[in-house]
Amino acid sequence: MPKKKNLNKVMVIGSGPIIIGQAAEFDYAGTQACRSLKEEGLKVVLVNSNPATIMTDAHIADRVYIEPLTVDFLTAIIEKERPDGLLATLGGQAGLNLAVQLAQSGALEKYKVELLGTPLEAIRKAEDRELFKETMQQIGEPIPESAIVEDVHAAVDFANEIGYPIIVRPAYTLGGTGGGIAENEEELIEIVIKGLKYSMIGQVLIERSVAGWKEIEYEVMRDGHDNCITVCNMENLDPVGVHTGDSIVVAPSQTLTDHEYQMLRTASLKIIRALGIEGGCNAQFALDPNSQRYYVIEVNPRVSRSSALASKATGYPIANVSAKIAIGYTLDEITNAVTHKTKACFEPSLDYCVVKIPRFPFDKFVYADKTLGTQMKATGEVMSIDRCFEGALLKAVRSLEIGVNRLHLEKIDAWDDDKVRRRLGRCNDDRLFVIAEAFRRGIATIDEVYEITKIDRWFLYKIKAISDFERKLSKEDLTPKTLRQAKYLGLADISIAELTGKTVDAVRSMRLQQNILPMYKMVDTCAAEFEAMTPYYYSTFRAEVDEVEVSDKRKVIVLGSGPIRIGQGVEFDYCSVHSVWALREMGIEAIIINNNPETVSTDFDISDRLYFEPLTTEDVLNIIDKEKPEGVIVQFGGQTAINLAASLAEAGVKVFGTSVDNIDRAEDRERFDEVLTETQIPRPRGVSVTNLEDAITGAAEIGYPVMVRPSYVLGGRAMEIVYNEDELKDYMGRAVKVTPDHPVLVDKYMQGTEVEVDAICDGVDVVIPGIMEHVERAGVHSGDSIAVYPPQTLPAKIVYTIIDYTKRLATTLHVKGLLNIQYVVADGKVYVIEVNPRSSRTVPFLSKVTNIQMVDVATKVALGHNLKEMGYYSGLVEPKPYVAVKAPVFSFAKMQDVDISLGPEMKSTGEVMGIDYHYARALYKAITGAGMNIPLNGCILFTVADKDKEELKQLAKAYAELGFSIVATEGTAKAIRAAGIDAEIVGKVHERSTDIIQMIKLGKIHMVINTLTQGKHIAKDGFRIRRATVEHGIACLTSLDTAWELLRVLSFMRERRLVYSLALQDYVGGGDDLA
Amino acid sequence: MKGKLILEDGTVFRGQIFGGSNQTATGEVVFNTGMTGYQEILTDPSYCRQIVTLTYPLIGNYGTSKIFNQSYKSFVSGLVIGELCDNGSSSSMEKSLIDYLSMERIPCLFDVDTRAVTRKIRSAGTMKGVIVSEYTSQATIDEMMKLPIKRDVVTEVTTSDAYTIGSDDKDAPFVVAVDFGVKLNILDSMQRLGCRLTVVPAYTPAEDILEMNPDGIFLSNGPGDPKDVPEVVEEIKKLIGKKPIFGICLGHQLIALALGADTYKLKFGHRGSNQPVKNLQTGRVYISSQNHGYAVDEKSLRKLPLEVTYVSVNDGTVEGLRHKKLPIFSVQYHPEASPGPDDNLYLFDEFLKMMGK
Repeated sequence: MPKKKNLNKVMVIGSGPIIIGQAAEFDYAGTQACRSLKEEGLKVVLVNSNPATIMTDAHIADRVYIEPLTVDFLTAIIEKERPDGLLATLGGQAGLNLAVQLAQSGALEKYKVELLGTPLEAIRKAEDRELFKETMQQIGEPIPESAIVEDVHAAVDFANEIGYPIIVRPAYTLGGTGGGIAENEEELIEIVIKGLKYSMIGQVLIERSVAGWKEIEYEVMRDGHDNCITVCNMENLDPVGVHTGDSIVVAPSQTLTDHEYQMLRTASLKIIRALGIEGGCNAQFALDPNSQRYYVIEVNPRVSRSSALASKATGYPIANVSAKIAIGYTLDEITNAVTHKTKACFEPSLDYCVVKIPRFPFDKFVYADKTLGTQMKATGEVMSIDRCFEGALLKAVRSLEIGVNRLHLEKIDAWDDDKVRRRLGRCNDDRLFVIAEAFRRGIATIDEVYEITKIDRWFLYKIKAISDFERKLSKEDLTPKTLRQAKYLGLADISIAELTGKTVDAVRSMRLQQNILPMYKMVDTCAAEFEAMTPYYYSTFRAEVDEVEVSDKRKVIVLGSGPIRIGQGVEFDYCSVHSVWALREMGIEAIIINNNPETVSTDFDISDRLYFEPLTTEDVLNIIDKEKPEGVIVQFGGQTAINLAASLAEAGVKVFGTSVDNIDRAEDRERFDEVLTETQIPRPRGVSVTNLEDAITGAAEIGYPVMVRPSYVLGGRAMEIVYNEDELKDYMGRAVKVTPDHPVLVDKYMQGTEVEVDAICDGVDVVIPGIMEHVERAGVHSGDSIAVYPPQTLPAKIVYTIIDYTKRLATTLHVKGLLNIQYVVADGKVYVIEVNPRSSRTVPFLSKVTNIQMVDVATKVALGHNLKEMGYYSGLVEPKPYVAVKAPVFSFAKMQDVDISLGPEMKSTGEVMGIDYHYARALYKAITGAGMNIPLNGCILFTVADKDKEELKQLAKAYAELGFSIVATEGTAKAIRAAGIDAEIVGKVHERSTDIIQMIKLGKIHMVINTLTQGKHIAKDGFRIRRATVEHGIACLTSLDTAWELLRVLSFMRERRLVYSLALQDYVGGGDDLA
Repeated sequence: MKGKLILEDGTVFRGQIFGGSNQTATGEVVFNTGMTGYQEILTDPSYCRQIVTLTYPLIGNYGTSKIFNQSYKSFVSGLVIGELCDNGSSSSMEKSLIDYLSMERIPCLFDVDTRAVTRKIRSAGTMKGVIVSEYTSQATIDEMMKLPIKRDVVTEVTTSDAYTIGSDDKDAPFVVAVDFGVKLNILDSMQRLGCRLTVVPAYTPAEDILEMNPDGIFLSNGPGDPKDVPEVVEEIKKLIGKKPIFGICLGHQLIALALGADTYKLKFGHRGSNQPVKNLQTGRVYISSQNHGYAVDEKSLRKLPLEVTYVSVNDGTVEGLRHKKLPIFSVQYHPEASPGPDDNLYLFDEFLKMMGK
């Protein structure tokens, strides 16, 4: 029972959708917190809009509300549930901001809800720049000279006083949105204007830049009894100037003397005490590499991304302990989950080196500015552990899944020495590889690289050691001795093969013959001082003794999904975790391999054994050699795991579920065509080409517009709709490498309704838990579309056809487990677009709303059980009486220069769900939850492509009837006026007087409906308008379909209450007694 | 050059010897779990005659500098580590660790699976071991193994002559510090508080100390078994009740023995920078730096005028004592840190207060 009296029910706020700066780490934190509270006998009410999470599973909390994270909805839920306490420090910045708002709105006081954990006053002290500065001055902790400004003039005045460079940070934002470093007045003005806009309270902090200093972080815990400990410290390889979320980070610090380590540790403890935080906290410091001088640069009064990293890096469950502290426990009363003997009041000691590397979305956002600065851009991260830095670094690099297995980027090979040297100065995601290349070519010394990058020489020595060895290896014959050295350094077999011109198999067999095997060591928080219970392991080639006690029980390996990236988000971690749970329920030992520190799957108490390792053939095979499992499950780890299926099978590993051959039949274009012929299912016409000429002929035959993409895609990478030959040529030259091995697919682009199906097949029966209809017509990537369950417009005949096709495809492909099919319905006909013989993005969503644990069922099927014995029958499960809407969430605010218009290339980073008995309200909840500012009245700007003008007339009319005033660009206005609607003409971007951008800036426009004229040219007016909507936080719809649906919401909502909440348990049954 | 660490029970751990084949060592094999502070550990006289294994695998990253020394030289018998960094990087670096090891002639076995060593010691207990080269003959190894480890370690590390440091102020708190192998930061910590210190050799008679009429007496840390220096315990008995006394580590154990308590050897000791201790009066927990292989037996305290002030949160062993009536207190851990957290510097203030300063 909780230590605090009168605490029976606690509300936990999650962090909402995955966006840049706030990713899966809060699913991990929230899940741990809910479990920790339930463990104490508390009733837990969880609110989170993100369905793709473990924490929103009905069994994680007693009452799960998948509702928009707004003050209105939260207040309604509080009113209904009457929790005694609110825990908000585990839901990221989003959760923290909401707690502050709920306190300010008086809701907490009114309903007598106690804010648990860190008190409001402490949150304010940490978050409000002025208060923070005062507090730091009181305790004598140095912070860079700074000023809080609310306008540009004050910023310029201050800068003139202390000199440039100046760093700008908006108050109350996440991931450093809107911040930056200004080298001069012009840049300062630009950044400050943006920062003011992003700050919740219209303030920005401008301060002396300490760019180039070492950036050091401490994770600190404090309980209500003033006991304080540091869980971990971390050193950023990238010096101050790069957001820590975008930095390569090592734990523990590597270049700090004990004196420096303790100096900053002491400062951290002083700070957490002065702020009065109860729970976890993160303190960031800038340390002068040339003296003992330091500055406190930031404090997060909550569990953060760094906390997740620190938890995984040490084994210390920060979120769990924070939750316990929040309900009144002191650190010395909480059991150490690792040893079960000692207490949580200790400081972990590491006997390994941890490296984190961020995963950037630049492969998707090819036009984005790749420069790294104070604004975070990474979508996810990988972590690795080894007994040496080199090994950990190389493991992390190959975990990134960016087509790299060592510190070598192919594109750099083409650069001349001058360019390599020049690029050392460019701080972006390539820099690590550029440094390695410079050393490999011998064109820069350690000191030179240090002067340019300010990366501590210690790290440079290590990188150089790898480069030097690679050079040696590429010149010599591979001997057992050099092979041993290579593995000692951490090079992968595939890298050794690459460097020596051998095959991977040859390297591997030589390695096995020489008995050069990785040893597995445990992560135990205490450097082996005490016996530990953590089944959490990493590999190293620098050890004599292996610690894993391999059991002889039945066991299966589940492959995880690696880093969060666009196209492969937290949903696949959800699936991996459920698969593990299903296996354990079946009495089978579940072993998971994954490398993402942000996730639930890498919590050591989820599986029977966790291997924190890269997901490559070699790393996985090494574990298989050791564990000798019955087989592996690949269908839940997204494309990451699926991509390993073939090579594992080739090595003789049993792949449970759909066979590798059948996976290939679904993914290989030509083989899939055969499947379709066999099943007599139509698909949009298309050809597969291996060169430009064939593409041009093919496209001409099919007829424009055509959809082009490389085969074996992930999240619609490099997929585009092209409307003519010029665009096709441009695409073929820019977006893809076409080779006979990598054909490009050219398909007829069909403008129809897109429908998505997830099904489970045991080879005989095919269960379809639900069908989802997309709001946006085909052409918008399914991950970026609003999906509706159950379909609202599909005629019975179409639904029947979809069921029929799904069954045929599943059985023909001998699917054993999950499959996902995307259809397009055009002119009353159903076409197949693609089949994914694996779990999909929509599986968590559908599992939750249909109350069918799809992954659990699929896991059992993959292991040989059949659907009938589990009580499922072939066909579509009867749709539920409520409606669930899944809406995409974008991180455009973090990515300047990225066009926000939707297309076949996926751009969203996360998703939210809206659920209600009324479709329109479900939709309203989804788009509100997605953060779209829906205006209930005001002015809408229309500017659409010629092809859309007919349809626009009706749309504009309908909006006008709802009372919106309408402005439009000249051509669009003409069309609207032709329909008899009044529309004011606004000047295009370059026409200064009534410039659209100006109007948006001045807040005169409340929503923009804009469709893409054509092509992807970045300099277009449309692009600038769309970006302006992002910068100013107004809704911009780039698909008329979305605009129509929004209209529906708006008219429905006129007469009904906007806020109405039910728990997931109310919809799907169970938990009603608590309502 | 290839080398190995051989434990008394025959267990062998392989690695490479830095230096030459003559770089052999004999000592009690212990491990320290601190992630920083290798130089402070190497120069802590309490490690005299021990082979120290560092659990953190990357050692030497920031080189060495005189400012981190805890004594004028290193007393360890040998060092067992993972990676020996040859390129330190730090603005304070004067020498690389490699150069330091050569200068101090410290035998170092590196590239060792130190986690395996730690697990072994943890389960089998601290034991004797030798560092030898791959080519050392079995006969030599047997001989090394047979030779008992010298027990007069305090004699080896204590100062030979008394010396006075610190404040010149006549009113400054005056402390006589008995050096059983004192760490410099203990002396520095007291100097920083304005003390004048006369550091005296371990075997200084009580009369001599009292004659100096100090405000307080400090009994330092040091190596070995407290029961190996019974003559010192006898002298301490004479000091009790005469002056305020503060003891750290070995000093703490000696006070306990002088007051009639007992000490015993821990299975593998406490050595690291992350050891939590709990103040039994306030319930507050402090993270401490520790380095001890012996502990005061709590059971032996019954009926003695001593109360336990701090215990180890990990295993409940005695970490601090206070005399129920007299101004005497002691801790088993290291408030001066170096290496380790400075959470416990307040104990020096308490000593000052106890002296009435």
